[in-house]
Amino acid sequence: MTNSLEAPTIPITVDFSGGLEMLFDNQRRYAVSLPATDANGKPANISFLIDHLCRTLMKDPRADLFVLDRHIRPGILVLINDADWELEGEEAYEIQPRDNILFVSTLHGG
Amino acid sequence: MGENMGNQPRHSGATAAADLVHDGCGRRLSDGEFDRYSRQMIVPGMGKEGQLRLINSRLLIIGAGGLGCPAGQYIAGAGVGTIGIVDSDVVETSNLHRQVGHATARIGMKKVDSLITHLRGLNPLPTYIPHPFHITSSNAADIISQYDLVMDCTDNPATRYLISDICVLLCKPLVSAASVQKSGQLIVLNCPPAPQGLVDGKYPPCYRCCFRKPPPAGSMISCGEAGIMGPVVGMMGVAQAGEAIKILASALHVPSQDSLERNLLQPTLLIYTYDLESAVGPYSFRALKMGGRKKNCFACGENSTLTLSGIKAGSPNYEQFCSVPTSSCKLPPEERITAAAYHEARERGEIPEHILIDTREKEHFSFGSIEGAVNVPFGKFLMRAAVLKRDGGSGSDILPTKPANVDAPIFVVCRRGLDSQEAVEKLKELGVDNGGRRKVIDIMGGMKAWKEEVDPTFPFI
Repeated sequence: MTNSLEAPTIPITVDFSGGLEMLFDNQRRYAVSLPATDANGKPANISFLIDHLCRTLMKDPRADLFVLDRHIRPGILVLINDADWELEGEEAYEIQPRDNILFVSTLHGG
Repeated sequence: MGENMGNQPRHSGATAAADLVHDGCGRRLSDGEFDRYSRQMIVPGMGKEGQLRLINSRLLIIGAGGLGCPAGQYIAGAGVGTIGIVDSDVVETSNLHRQVGHATARIGMKKVDSLITHLRGLNPLPTYIPHPFHITSSNAADIISQYDLVMDCTDNPATRYLISDICVLLCKPLVSAASVQKSGQLIVLNCPPAPQGLVDGKYPPCYRCCFRKPPPAGSMISCGEAGIMGPVVGMMGVAQAGEAIKILASALHVPSQDSLERNLLQPTLLIYTYDLESAVGPYSFRALKMGGRKKNCFACGENSTLTLSGIKAGSPNYEQFCSVPTSSCKLPPEERITAAAYHEARERGEIPEHILIDTREKEHFSFGSIEGAVNVPFGKFLMRAAVLKRDGGSGSDILPTKPANVDAPIFVVCRRGLDSQEAVEKLKELGVDNGGRRKVIDIMGGMKAWKEEVDPTFPFI
């Protein structure tokens, strides 16, 4: 077993937009050192990142504005390096070093 | 299925436009047109041919607000021949900082009439068609079928899904934008239009392909609540006009294999964000790559059962899909009081010691409040309630003040009377009502009602 200090991490940036930054201390960009593997030793994917963000970065306790039933809530787009995550494999996409992950809430006003 | 295909009889104006495209140029430009459009006609790619396509096009703007006004100006200026505008609202003073197609002198006028007045002043040549009512499941297809291209400038998800579905079924391209507070979004959908059910190969997405499910009703904020910066929504409206002009001038709105082949481009969602606290940025435009048409899309996918007749008959139910909040209240009548009754009771000294919580945002509160009110913005309130629920602790910690009498009643007021009801429920959940000994009461209708019933001079925004 390696302890968490020695465990390898992946450096990425995470952006929040369209009002989601509200849930993350009104900060729109975070540099994140994501553990390279999850608790089961599987490579870190988007699911794991979402869980990690909820545990470590979210200042607002209203997690249901970000995740519902452990999935990203409807009305939030996830962009992996500026491409819709559906083009990249959604939650199963394995995070690569220097990836940019953007969470953006869809707007309806006009 | 036949009614959903693109081969249905097109409106005569649209047919004329399509024919013209194939004929090259059908007629000469008048001297007036030549003068007026010369600066855009000399732009490479536009030319006389592009201009004639614009003149022979019919475009529908749905929503004459913060997006529709700036969009309309450039659409009219560019010389799109027929411009329809849908909106049921009237012009209000609080619209004018962003809805630049209206005017102070036209407050109270129907927005469609006000905007057409403005556009006609800018360019009298186009034909302007007012549709001064809401777009609904029963009228949407009849209106949209008269046009070649639709611009979604509306302000709620239920209408956005409805418009997209109709555009899929009628084979119309849709230029969609949205904006709240300091952010904006723009995407071109269903362009070049392809018939419903065609999924082999690369076809353009519809609104549902990109945004499969609406956000939960409670998570959405409106311009009225969250505010909106004029230049942000204006930027999105102008960008919308730019996309619409490009599509019409290049005849990408005409459903044909040719235009599909010519335009196998990556669908793109443009997002714009800016920050009020910083003078030189960070502001950002980001162009995000979106997927194409989805095989299993509810509207345009291969097994879609969506039809025009179904929509007209009320299926799907868009309001339910987006669970538009209803104003039905769960609080019993003894936990509610009208603004007027609260005021009278105070005047008569019947409620000497009490806590009055105002849950509006601090910007709203800063313009005025009821004497003695303490501001606890609703978002912060919910956050504290969630923390107390998670970590335990005394429910009364959420209260802004601690009166000597622990059973002193609590009154809650908000902007229009919805958040205050939720706040009352949450306070009871946290046990702040001391098992029923302490009254927790909602002031019905919020500060809006206070202005109407008690103090007409109150600066309600």
